[in-house]
Amino acid sequence: MNAPVDLDRRQLDRRQVLAGGGALIVSFSLTNAFGEDQAAPPATAPAPPPPGSLKTSPYLDSWLRIDADGSITVFTGKAELGQGFKTAFQQIAAEELDVPFASLKVVTADTKLTANEGYTSGSHSMQDSGTAIQNAAAQARALLLNEAAKRLDLPVRRLKTETGAVIGSNGRRLSYGELVAGDMLHVQATPTSKLKEPATFKVMGKSVPRVDIPAKVTGGAAYVQDMRPAGMVHARVVRPPSYGAELTGCDTAAVEKMTGVVKVVRDGNFLAVVGNREFQTVKAMKALAAAAQWKETAKLPKQDDLPSVLTSLPAQTSTIFERSDPTVFSQRTIEAIYTRPYQAHGSIGPSCAVAEFTDGKMTVWTHTQGVYPDRQGIAEMLHMAPDDVRCIHVEGSGCYGHNGADDAAADAALIARAMPDTPVRVQWMREQEHGWEPFGPAMMTRLKASLDGDGKIADWNFEVWSNTHSMRPGGAGCMLAGQHMEQAFAVPPAKPLPLPEGGGDRNAIPIYTFPNAHVVHHFLPDMPLRISAMRSLGAYHNVFSIESFMDELAALAGADPVAFRLKHLDDPRGREVIEKAAQEFGWRKDQKAPQDRGYGFAFARYKNLAAYCAIASEVEVNRETGRPRLVRAVAAVDSGQVVNPDSLINQIEGAIVQSTSWTLYESVTFDDSRITSIDWQTYPILRFDAVPDSIEVHIINRPGKPFLGSGETGQGPAAASLANAIANATGKRLRDLPLTRKRIKDAIDA
Amino acid sequence: MARSAIIGGAFAALIVGGAGAVFLIAWRPAIAAIEPPAPQSFAPDLVKRGRELAAIGNCNDCHTVSGSKSFAGGLPVPTPFGTVFSSNITPDTETGIGRWSEAAFRRAMLAGVDREGRHLYPTFPYDHFTNVSDDDNHALYAFLMTRQPVRAPAQDNRLLFPLNQRVMIAGWKLLFFHRGTLQPNPAKSAEWNRGAYLVEGLAHCGACHTPRNPLGAERANASFAGGNVDNWKAYALNAQSSSPVPWDAEALYAYLRDGWHPDHGTARGPMAEVVRNLSQVTPGDVQAIATYMADKFGPPAPERSRKGEEALAQAKSGAAASGPEALRMDSPGAAIYASACATCHESGRPPPYGGINLGLSTAISDPDPRNLANIVLSGVRPVEGERSPIMPAFAGSMNDAQIVSLFNYLRSRFSNQPAWTGVEKTVREARGTETASLQPSAGARQAPPADPAQRAKP
Amino acid sequence: MMTLKVNGQDHQIDSEPDTPLLYVLRDELQLNAAKFGCGLGQCGACTVIVDGKAVLSCVTPLVLLEGKHVTTLEGLGTVSEPAPIQRAFMEEQSAQCGYCIAGMMMRAQALLQRNPKASDEQIRAELAPHLCRCGTHMRILRAIHRAARLMDTAELSPAEQRSAQ
Repeated sequence: MNAPVDLDRRQLDRRQVLAGGGALIVSFSLTNAFGEDQAAPPATAPAPPPPGSLKTSPYLDSWLRIDADGSITVFTGKAELGQGFKTAFQQIAAEELDVPFASLKVVTADTKLTANEGYTSGSHSMQDSGTAIQNAAAQARALLLNEAAKRLDLPVRRLKTETGAVIGSNGRRLSYGELVAGDMLHVQATPTSKLKEPATFKVMGKSVPRVDIPAKVTGGAAYVQDMRPAGMVHARVVRPPSYGAELTGCDTAAVEKMTGVVKVVRDGNFLAVVGNREFQTVKAMKALAAAAQWKETAKLPKQDDLPSVLTSLPAQTSTIFERSDPTVFSQRTIEAIYTRPYQAHGSIGPSCAVAEFTDGKMTVWTHTQGVYPDRQGIAEMLHMAPDDVRCIHVEGSGCYGHNGADDAAADAALIARAMPDTPVRVQWMREQEHGWEPFGPAMMTRLKASLDGDGKIADWNFEVWSNTHSMRPGGAGCMLAGQHMEQAFAVPPAKPLPLPEGGGDRNAIPIYTFPNAHVVHHFLPDMPLRISAMRSLGAYHNVFSIESFMDELAALAGADPVAFRLKHLDDPRGREVIEKAAQEFGWRKDQKAPQDRGYGFAFARYKNLAAYCAIASEVEVNRETGRPRLVRAVAAVDSGQVVNPDSLINQIEGAIVQSTSWTLYESVTFDDSRITSIDWQTYPILRFDAVPDSIEVHIINRPGKPFLGSGETGQGPAAASLANAIANATGKRLRDLPLTRKRIKDAIDA
Repeated sequence: MARSAIIGGAFAALIVGGAGAVFLIAWRPAIAAIEPPAPQSFAPDLVKRGRELAAIGNCNDCHTVSGSKSFAGGLPVPTPFGTVFSSNITPDTETGIGRWSEAAFRRAMLAGVDREGRHLYPTFPYDHFTNVSDDDNHALYAFLMTRQPVRAPAQDNRLLFPLNQRVMIAGWKLLFFHRGTLQPNPAKSAEWNRGAYLVEGLAHCGACHTPRNPLGAERANASFAGGNVDNWKAYALNAQSSSPVPWDAEALYAYLRDGWHPDHGTARGPMAEVVRNLSQVTPGDVQAIATYMADKFGPPAPERSRKGEEALAQAKSGAAASGPEALRMDSPGAAIYASACATCHESGRPPPYGGINLGLSTAISDPDPRNLANIVLSGVRPVEGERSPIMPAFAGSMNDAQIVSLFNYLRSRFSNQPAWTGVEKTVREARGTETASLQPSAGARQAPPADPAQRAKP
Repeated sequence: MMTLKVNGQDHQIDSEPDTPLLYVLRDELQLNAAKFGCGLGQCGACTVIVDGKAVLSCVTPLVLLEGKHVTTLEGLGTVSEPAPIQRAFMEEQSAQCGYCIAGMMMRAQALLQRNPKASDEQIRAELAPHLCRCGTHMRILRAIHRAARLMDTAELSPAEQRSAQ
């Protein structure tokens, strides 16, 4: 990514470009069905690939299985993270196959059973897997109809499908189970399918209750933490006190004699204890930690001066967007710098995995977002053939990106290998999850823009400094066990995620149309703290920056923030989302918020190609204490064809609340060698005393349009909307995340 | 009930006896109402100084209901005589002090009389504020008059007759109120004198930390011998201090600024707000307060010093303090401590995020087990969105018998003091009273804070 | 060996007396609802009801539970016969990852048993010990209000009667 790339978003090549140095991520293929946004392929091109993940797994039976008894299984390479995908995919398949919702079963990410769809991340699941399932199911239905046509000796147009059977106009009925034979579904998908008309949807587009919730509210087994295979033992890892610490000594004799202890595992700097009972193992872990001696060498940067730290790290700089119109004159110019600290995923349930090593084969039950890459890493770590390792996704608590899940899986596998034929459960402690998870990277942006004589933006400059936002896949060197064991694997060099998706530069290119624009990405390969992907990646800070700055420019122009944005936005769906949010909020030009309150607005299209989201917020600031409080938020979202409206609303509500927490409270703390934010005391997040009065989410449904990923679309707009509302309430502009009470108070007092 | 009758009787006798003199004291003229001064008429530097002084005076703590508008009053303050509600000191013209001239404000501070000439209940500690200088009152006035006016009518105090007759206060003042008698002590340093001025004046420490007589006045000969506030014990800050490790100026300074100290613990209850305010005050003023108070504590007796060193050493090594029950590990209290408390309180993680080693805890060494009961029952709640200690509440998981058993164990193991009496009663009372500082407000918005900006490095 | 009454049934527990209730429930009794979120009493995911009061089971050692009655989410109802609180959470679809939800529900159940007319403010205050990282707070509040309405019209189930004692 060193050469400037000239990009005009309206003609993006939707195939993932694996440029030069080779991205280490799986290629995400976007559906062909982005009809209106894509240029027509040249006439001499080869036949287009099938849509979504069918491109990489084209056989229909990778996605569907119909048994002779009529039971139907849907396979997805994606994982249920709590977004409701299992349910959504079940809806999609049920719709296109014309079967009752309850007659299907969904099997999720399993290296033995499902297609390789890389990671459940980047808000790709609907676009990749959903699309694949939709088309596979539609094509399967077509095959069943064809088969029925043959057997019933009727043309297809005289047949219809209903509740799992094909019914002829003569009343003859053949169930799917009767129709399916041998390898009927072992055919490759065709590029196009006859999809159902949205107007006829019976279950897609409906708020079908999630299939996983009943177990979760009645104590059913729902998480990897709930697994208790026969003979299972408990394990706890003793992690080093800081990055790169060396285990110089550990007298394990006393620990080995503790009640219930089965084994102490030591492999280089990897130290763990295994026991029969869980609490006994926890106690043994504490004793083992006390017995361990470490030589620490970590040197962490100055926490209070991250901007200097970032700008002094070596950078690979590239211009990622350039546009020039010399006829436009700049009149007034402003400049601003925005910063973001390291932030944590902070999963509520610390990471957990179960592994068993039997007959030379390793099985790992894990809440990793990517069973295939995880398998690859574990196989590499243990010098095993990938085929001898099976990773099965079982739900954990929400991960919001790359948390400790992959590492816990590697821990479990390493320990399991030392104890063949015994299922080993590794449960991370709270402090370990907080201290060792890969964080969302610290970032800095510098913006400079000018207005012309008409109060429109004439010139736009944007620079972003950031680490990579993904250390996956990385093989064994990306997992703690792989880094800590005696025969350690090196952490692979960091690489930027290529555009159009990007990592630190995700959403760095503005969606607005500016006559002159220059966007620069300073990619920082050196990672002082362990980092990786966190929900929305660079988009959180980039959208926070852009949308805060748009308000600053609007103020300079004396313009209403909503009107100002519309003035620069061509995308009609974007405009509609903005108008909808403003309207539902009651946004008025020249409005004045009540005493101590402020209104703020923000908008973005995630990655400039996924879902659109606009958010209007009302915030209250206590002028004596500086305390900010989100009073209400009104969001509008366009995510293409909606599969489950309620799930979508749930995701956006959640994104707003989570982003509010990030934006008002969160920063990882560290001293010169150790991470110090290691529990909820030292890394506080939002509690019920800060929950707003109301959140409204308005969906603009686009029947028939492609699915657009929505899991991350709210993070950036929520942050900027809050910042703009706080600025409106206090008259002070804050640019350094988090926007804490103390910072707000100091700004008010200044 | 009976108490107030006795007190009422005393006042009545006073009035009958000295009607004339009392009349002269009881009646005070009104000061004319003024047009509310424009906020811009006050110099920003003056307002800033006033803000600091208000922080030292802890004004917002009494004059704000947690979660409601600042300085709008309405906080119920329980006293042995009934409940007094704090007044609205925002510059609202009808329900606040918007029409008070500076002279009226000064009179309230110095003499405990409001603009209309009514005596103020000494729940408003003008027995301390009488020592505030004119310059400081000038700044405080500027600060208050530039606050946001809030319309919040006064709540009626709930005092029994005859105490609800303000004229009674005149008698009280006659007996106990001495206007502005604080004089600098030339034998002491400037810093000590500054500290004296602040402590005896605006900071009004004695209002909580000095015991009161039956008529509710601070006992002049028991300065800083300990008091009660809001169902918490305000520890003795004089030679009777019960802290295992004696306080010195350095420790006091750190504690008052940061809200915690590794040798003493974390500020809880009403003190939490005090230290939060003090964290925003000029360091020099806090140092002065610390210097003066260190002198009040006085140099510890050699035996006490030695015990303090021992406690610190034991805390570091994790060994048990001496005490008759120290080795009776089979007692239920011991088992409860070992399994419910030691995981945090012997984790070795230093305060404020690690539970304090209980050998250093004043709550356990104090004659009054009330603070310990408050803390164990209700825990320590986090400050919204800020790094702060969290201790779980044990009210649900421990019944009274278990708590009593635990407390007796803690007392014997972690203090050198004789066993408590009346623990059962204290625990029962503590369960029944949710103190103002611990209870989230009706608005459930704010939690008792202690500014963690100072605690960024645990 | 200790007898522990959980969800109306007596169990012989052989975990050591210093074992937190959370591990007794999960590891020895193989119950899933109470979750390990922090083990430090900071997040609420482990909340269960003991003698009618919500407690953090991760900091409640067995030694405190002699003669007390423990109720977990499993004890309130099942998928086919859900308690009002469970029904409410299902109807409101009050979960994203769902990991924090069992703890929230037990805290809410204890509150509503004590104060069936709890206001929104009181519910928010009551949930102060609980964290939800997915941001499902609005739905959780809606579900608890819904549960209060459902409980208003229903009789207490035997399980709820037991948990209220």
